[in-house]
Amino acid sequence: MTSTISQASDEASSEVSSDHGHEEHGDFRMFGLATFLVADAMTFAGFFAAYLTFKAVNPLPEGAIFELELPLPILNTVLLLVSSATFHKAGQAIRQGDNGRCRRWLLISAGLGIAFLASQMVEYFTLPFGLADNLYASTFYAATGFHGLHVTLGALMILIVWWQARPEGGRITAEDHFPLEAAELYWHFVDGIWVVLFVILYLL
Amino acid sequence: MQIPSAIVTLILGMVLVLGGLWIGQTINLLPVGASANAPIYDELFQVLFTIGAILFIGIVGLLVFSLIRFRRRNDQLGDGIAIEGNLPLEIFWTAVPAVVILFVGLYSYDIYDRMGGMVPLGHEGMAHHAMADNGDERIWGGLSSKAVDGEAMPLPVEVTAMQFAFLFHYPEGDITAGELHVPANRPVTLRMEAKDVIHAFWVPEFRIKQDVIPGQPTQLSFTATRPGSYPIVCAELCGPYHGGMRSTVVVDEPEVWEAWFSSNAKSDDSTTT
Amino acid sequence: MTVATPPEIQSAVPRLQPSGWIRYFSFSVDHKVIGLQYLVCGFAFYLVGGALAGAIRTELASPVSDFMARDVYNQVLTLHGTVMIFLWIVPVVNGAFGNYLIPFYVGARDMAFPRLNAVAFWLIPPAGLMLISSYFLTGAAQSGWTAYPPLSITTPAAGQVIWILSVLLLGGSSIFGGINFIATILKLRRPGLKLMQLPMYCWAMLGTSILVVLSTPVLAGTLVLLSFDIVAHTGFFNPGLGGNVVVYQHLFWFYSHPAVYIMVLPAFGLVSEILPVHARKPLFGYVTMVYSIMAIVGLGLIVWAHHMFTSGTPPWMRLFFTIATAFIAVPTGIKFFNWLATIWGGRINLNSAMLFSCGFIVNFVLGGITGVALAQVPFDIHVHDTYFVVAHFHYIVFGGSVFVVFASVYHWYPKFTGRMLHEGLGRLHCALTFIGFNLCFGPQHWLGLNGMPRRVAEYDPQFTLINQISSVGALLMAVSTLPFLWNVVQSAISGPLAGDNPWNALTPEWLTTSPPPVENWVGEAPLVEEPYGYGVPIDQLDLAATSGRDLWSSGK
Repeated sequence: MTSTISQASDEASSEVSSDHGHEEHGDFRMFGLATFLVADAMTFAGFFAAYLTFKAVNPLPEGAIFELELPLPILNTVLLLVSSATFHKAGQAIRQGDNGRCRRWLLISAGLGIAFLASQMVEYFTLPFGLADNLYASTFYAATGFHGLHVTLGALMILIVWWQARPEGGRITAEDHFPLEAAELYWHFVDGIWVVLFVILYLL
Repeated sequence: MQIPSAIVTLILGMVLVLGGLWIGQTINLLPVGASANAPIYDELFQVLFTIGAILFIGIVGLLVFSLIRFRRRNDQLGDGIAIEGNLPLEIFWTAVPAVVILFVGLYSYDIYDRMGGMVPLGHEGMAHHAMADNGDERIWGGLSSKAVDGEAMPLPVEVTAMQFAFLFHYPEGDITAGELHVPANRPVTLRMEAKDVIHAFWVPEFRIKQDVIPGQPTQLSFTATRPGSYPIVCAELCGPYHGGMRSTVVVDEPEVWEAWFSSNAKSDDSTTT
Repeated sequence: MTVATPPEIQSAVPRLQPSGWIRYFSFSVDHKVIGLQYLVCGFAFYLVGGALAGAIRTELASPVSDFMARDVYNQVLTLHGTVMIFLWIVPVVNGAFGNYLIPFYVGARDMAFPRLNAVAFWLIPPAGLMLISSYFLTGAAQSGWTAYPPLSITTPAAGQVIWILSVLLLGGSSIFGGINFIATILKLRRPGLKLMQLPMYCWAMLGTSILVVLSTPVLAGTLVLLSFDIVAHTGFFNPGLGGNVVVYQHLFWFYSHPAVYIMVLPAFGLVSEILPVHARKPLFGYVTMVYSIMAIVGLGLIVWAHHMFTSGTPPWMRLFFTIATAFIAVPTGIKFFNWLATIWGGRINLNSAMLFSCGFIVNFVLGGITGVALAQVPFDIHVHDTYFVVAHFHYIVFGGSVFVVFASVYHWYPKFTGRMLHEGLGRLHCALTFIGFNLCFGPQHWLGLNGMPRRVAEYDPQFTLINQISSVGALLMAVSTLPFLWNVVQSAISGPLAGDNPWNALTPEWLTTSPPPVENWVGEAPLVEEPYGYGVPIDQLDLAATSGRDLWSSGK
């Protein structure tokens, strides 16, 4: 597809972003990811603003049901917060060069994330309202669904990192572990969003 | 003899301001005014137009002068003067616009207040009439009438907008009409709601506009002053026939309106004055 | 500090030559190739949007709806707005010039994330083609570029959903680009280059990218909710199901007002590059310019509801947004006064780039004055959603941004291609565009004040003459692109060679060959600490001064 010139420029540019980047500027990939997460947070902010506005000015019509139980979401919150801690442990392990321990913690984090998703599905199926039942229900499903999408992606990322951190032939080492750090920042971000979401949707 | 540049600047500035004032006074871009709002609005327009004219002519004049005066001649190869900034000058042209903006803002607040914009919505005479049951409903936006002279109770009219027409309902006489008939010099309060999509109620000669929104009643108050027929225009894209969604407001002398009202009113107790 | 590539690699790196044109159709990661891809692709969409505008002005040449069906008219105006904003102005003032210039300005060899950059560009052609093809396949969206529900929910669903999908793709492209610009400007600067030494366009792009990153995701989320309303019959914005249509307007304008600054701030930056070069003077008031940009960014995020003064907004809200909006005029005014001070006392070269920049100043000042007027609630209540507003925003985005795009093409064409454009054709283009533009949009102020609403296919007979004048202006604008197209194509083939630095400019993109090599410089990137170091000190000024400070000799 590409001509030789563009291949040359391709190599040249990847050189810029990897080698030169490291020497002169440090690694700015994390910076780029953080900027992206700011953008992502603004999407959630839009959903939350819509939900709070609806709550403030559009009273629930008579007969409409919007009731949330607390036990399951509290369990979910705990699952995610613990998974953040276990991911942090995985990060510590890789920095000490212990790929095996790192992978164990990664598996636990992914497991907690999947448990969160399962529990979220249970909640969805037990809720007394559906997606298009009323305004609050729709916004609830949109916000939690969008967050669930993030958790799904995050769990996949953890599994990919888990694969990349295998002792033989893996690309993640004590010195070079950008994928793990990126996934970790992303995972903490997703957990943080959940806490805000929990407060706004379930507690307020 | 060389005239000092400060004096030239001063004279030019005075000519500019006087010219702007003259333009603002003489050029009228607005249609005829037919409501109590119109003269207030036109006053604001004149002020904004004057300030705008002064600024525009001043800046464009300065630009054109610079382009001619400082254009590069064929024998010139060098650069201009190395001036990178001038703090007093920059403070000056930060402060002056800020003061002008502040003045315009306060002035337009005053205008908006005189148009009834700052009166809380939905606390009008409507509640005393046929719509007493709806008296506490939420009004989402619009203009209230000041109703300074308490003797004239606002005439309530319910406006329903749909693709692609306006319907006017007078709760007092249970009249439904496709045209809006209002008496001159009596406040009218429209309570507006749309059936399908967002429309907007605009009478250019009254200088007022308000969106008509499905699910969110809005309100518009005005006092017509000049008898005649004026177009009611839908100003929010509402579908293929948006451009044809028009109606007419007929402003009558009070007696003529009274005759129209009583000949159309359904119930006996509708005649009020 | 070592930036220089080893000599053996230097000789192996092929230079960017026009002969390898196939790479402009490839997934190239060279920022210069991507920049030109954005520019040419955007210009193609400009021609499409211009044809749509021509259809609108043809319909409006007579007061009755006689040129096309009414629903087709609504599709055309929707496509015109969407194409011009999302496929022409935003990609070109940000993507095209940003990609081409920013790496030079920060002394880098490419953008921070070259592959992401290529992905961001390649989202645009499919999104644009999808949007336009919806007209032929299913009928395009009919609810205007604002897509206000419930109209957007009740018009035919297929076209509206395709519209949402393509705007989502374009928004994604914009966000990726914004992230890339922020990272490049803040993190990829050449060692030794301080933020306050950057050319002004970097600051403009930094501010713009902050707006992109903060506001575009909100639009994306909102459009996802809107698509749920259409496809899954939820009721976010459907009053029949208890929804709230005004919330859509708030969320939409939270993006779409900053979008105005996303379209004009880069233009401000580009003008700040062009004026000093051709006036041979330093940019006046660099520091205040930087603070003005950041003030515009900050204020730009909190003024959105001035688009909703006649909507369901309570009085206090109308008042707050009036004041916030009006105050944007202060930093904007500072920039204009600084530009006037920049050309004051210069040796102005009245070439096409300069003339287009001055046309921009004239048009934008008028658009800004009507903008301050529109910010006042009582004023807006009469003219909102009328041709007055149509005139106002065309003075901002066409008279402002598009004039700057043309100025920039005339300014940087020698750098892009190594050849000069024909100056006479350029001035003809400028004159035709300026006259046509003002003839087209100037009279529309009067139309709006006197009762013609926007987005109509038919109007009162009393407006016929003015509408016809406006249509003649539109025709003139269409004609004005012909000398431009001829000039650009002909000069690329046989224009006179430009040399590396035909304008004797000091910003870094001129301190390399034209066109520049892959990786921008052979050897170390220059450290340009004074990008606007033009001019002679006032005590040395005399008519015999033959040359200004020369960067090559000052050891930079």
